[in-house]
Amino acid sequence: MNVKNNGVLLEMEGLMIEGFSDEQWHQIVKGVDITLSRGEILGLIGESGAGKSTIGIAAMGYAKPGCRINGGSIRFDGMELTTMPESRRRKLRGSRIAYVAQSAAASFNPAHKLIDQFSEMVIEHGKGTRDQAYADAKDLYGRIKLPDPDRIGFRYPHQVSGGQLQRAMTAMALSCRPDLIIFDEPTTALDVTTQIEVLVTIRDIVEQFNTAAIYITHDLAVVAQMADRIKVLRFGETVEDADTRRMLSDPQKDYTKSLWAVRSFRKEEVAPPPEPTPLMKVENVTATYARGLVPVLRGVDFEVHRGHTVAVVGESGSGKSTAARVITGLLPPQQGRVYFDGKELPRDYHRRTKDQLRQAQMIYQMPDTAVNPRHRIRDIVGRPLSFYLGMTGDAKERRLRELMEMIELDPDLFLDRLPGELSGGQKQRICIARALAAEPSFIICDEVTSALDQLVAEGILRLLDHLQQDLNLAYMFITHDLATVRAIADEVIVMLQGEIVEQGPKEEIFNPPHHEYTELLLSSVPEMDPDWMDRVVAERREKGGMQSAGN
Amino acid sequence: MTEPESQFESVDAMPPPPRRDEGRLAVAWRELKKAPFSAKIGLIIIVTYIFVALFAPVIAPYGESEIIGPQFELAEKAPPFGTDHLGRDMFTRLIYGARNTVGIALVTTVFAFMLGGTLGILAATLGGWMDQLVSRTVDVLMAIPALIFAMLLLTIFGTSVVNLIIIIGVLDSTRVFRIARAVSLNVVVMDFIESARLRGEGLGWITLREILPNIMPPLVAEFGLRFCFVFLTISALSFLGLGIQPPTADWGSMVRDTSTLITYGELVPLLPAAAIAILTIGVNFVVDWFLHKTSGLKDEH
Repeated sequence: MNVKNNGVLLEMEGLMIEGFSDEQWHQIVKGVDITLSRGEILGLIGESGAGKSTIGIAAMGYAKPGCRINGGSIRFDGMELTTMPESRRRKLRGSRIAYVAQSAAASFNPAHKLIDQFSEMVIEHGKGTRDQAYADAKDLYGRIKLPDPDRIGFRYPHQVSGGQLQRAMTAMALSCRPDLIIFDEPTTALDVTTQIEVLVTIRDIVEQFNTAAIYITHDLAVVAQMADRIKVLRFGETVEDADTRRMLSDPQKDYTKSLWAVRSFRKEEVAPPPEPTPLMKVENVTATYARGLVPVLRGVDFEVHRGHTVAVVGESGSGKSTAARVITGLLPPQQGRVYFDGKELPRDYHRRTKDQLRQAQMIYQMPDTAVNPRHRIRDIVGRPLSFYLGMTGDAKERRLRELMEMIELDPDLFLDRLPGELSGGQKQRICIARALAAEPSFIICDEVTSALDQLVAEGILRLLDHLQQDLNLAYMFITHDLATVRAIADEVIVMLQGEIVEQGPKEEIFNPPHHEYTELLLSSVPEMDPDWMDRVVAERREKGGMQSAGN
Repeated sequence: MTEPESQFESVDAMPPPPRRDEGRLAVAWRELKKAPFSAKIGLIIIVTYIFVALFAPVIAPYGESEIIGPQFELAEKAPPFGTDHLGRDMFTRLIYGARNTVGIALVTTVFAFMLGGTLGILAATLGGWMDQLVSRTVDVLMAIPALIFAMLLLTIFGTSVVNLIIIIGVLDSTRVFRIARAVSLNVVVMDFIESARLRGEGLGWITLREILPNIMPPLVAEFGLRFCFVFLTISALSFLGLGIQPPTADWGSMVRDTSTLITYGELVPLLPAAAIAILTIGVNFVVDWFLHKTSGLKDEH
């Protein structure tokens, strides 16, 4: 990670960007300075709304629709981008400055083959002929270790996996050998086992071509692997800017320290000893989505005890959310039974009693879609109160206020709001309040923190933990984030392709010996140590090549 | 910018942005002032029509079917527009026409929306065979040209106002059904619907309280458009003699009754036609504005 060619490539000074909303202009970026040398990787981190993507895109002299650059200068290789005519800026984009977006699936045109989308830019910018572009694409596909590099380019975007697509997009960004690539959260949507492959690819390729890069992410452990220098942003202003190692070992500002401390949360209380009858018991469940197809769950068995948190982990497609659907009765299983407090539950939720439904509540991944945008908070949280418990008038109002206080939101400020007026974390708290309003004993949390910023997610985890202590709740915690598991779980279930590969108390799962797949999963979670990735890659090479569950 | 304390609680405890303290009327007034010129014209047209329709007996100089002079009296002798083929005052008939044509069109559209909207939401919510049954029936109805089908049915069942409303309402509800079903399908897949189902809510709550509020904007916009089509269909049927029957004043039949005057270079037959055209344009202006506003609300961020 040394800077090979000093010489400033990109210089932003006092960058100001404003955006138009609610009928007025708001300052989004308030005077940020960035200096980037050739071959250097700068990590931009911050929570949503910090302006990191806006700044990243501004490095191309571009502002999103509804935004405009209203101050400061952006000099790329000595050229001033802010005053340059749009036609000249367009020539730079793609050829000298490239952009890799968060969702490769949404950024590729599904109607064209990968290699044609690769070549388009080369031909468009007059950097070569179609044949040259094809040859170069195959070469690059090989270098980023895509399987079958000579032929994979002739597939359509939906015919390759998410991780492969993200790597193909990195290759595409390199097609004109740009001086600068902007990576905007390129691995956020990927599973950890796939993420590490993409990270390794990006770092190798950037080093090979001595390309400068701006790496935008909210994941500190990822940025620690990738960047030479880290810039922490908040509310469109620079909080701190330092060399990666120094930033990690010795952050100066309180805000930075609080970001760093996020991953330190650990559930303190030990779960009470299990009662003889498990609260929720899933027995030998097999389920499919359509008759005659391959089952998505095969012979799944587990128990959740009162006051315990069971974390279900696995990659996308491992069947962890399907298990939740079987428990709630949304997907009646083909075989097997679900017991609640020793009594068998009807398979279909239509046939469950109101009380059975009340006892098991669910909190969703996306708080935006989990609450009706046209209902006021009062109605959202109040509905279970009147529906299950028959509360009205003063009693209901008192309970509403109590619930709002439990989720640490001011009832006077929030009760009469619509969900659209709330932040993501606040909405998730409302979902928790709605679940609690039913006075359940069992709550399924389906990726409840994965759509949230880390600080906010941390707050939600603490809240859930706190509520568990007070109300003796049992949680089934579905997640792909092992850091979350470490923080809150009592027991862990590891799932792979619809089957449970390993289950047991957290300490057992996290300490060796591991099942082979658990090992892969655990070792793929980025750590805050900047040398972590080199170490893992070296270890895996020793064992014989990169294993990959994603391919 | 003041630095908020970096307590974990404070991240979520930050109050939502202050709300403008104003009632719905004030909001509506503010929106109205910002409306584009065309929408304002449209609104003025609609308000004028409503006013005329409501106060027809007060404004009109004569009774609806009162004969005031000879046939086809010139405008100079019976101001402002002369008389029709039976010697009734054109101006009076035009005013009453607003009441009859617009009123019946409105009732028909409301009926079509209640029928089509309910079925659409139900089809989307229930899915399965119920969705198939209703959707395919609608397909069959839509495959037959609406005007010809309406004429056929009116000939079979007779031309009364009630029949007119039911037949056009049913035929038009097929279009409403399609829209309501399509927009409901987008809402039905949301987690809050799943959440309501798992809570054990009945069909009534899910359709009326959870889905309906979320599909209102596109439905309201569609209401304006459908109103125009219904209105034009009724006028067309009346022109053909199958719609609103004499002596009730109606713009469609007025065009037919006075059409001979066209040959003498008189503009009188064009007056009811213009009344139809102006209202249609006005409603479309307002619908355009409304559509633009609601699609703007869907904007992300």
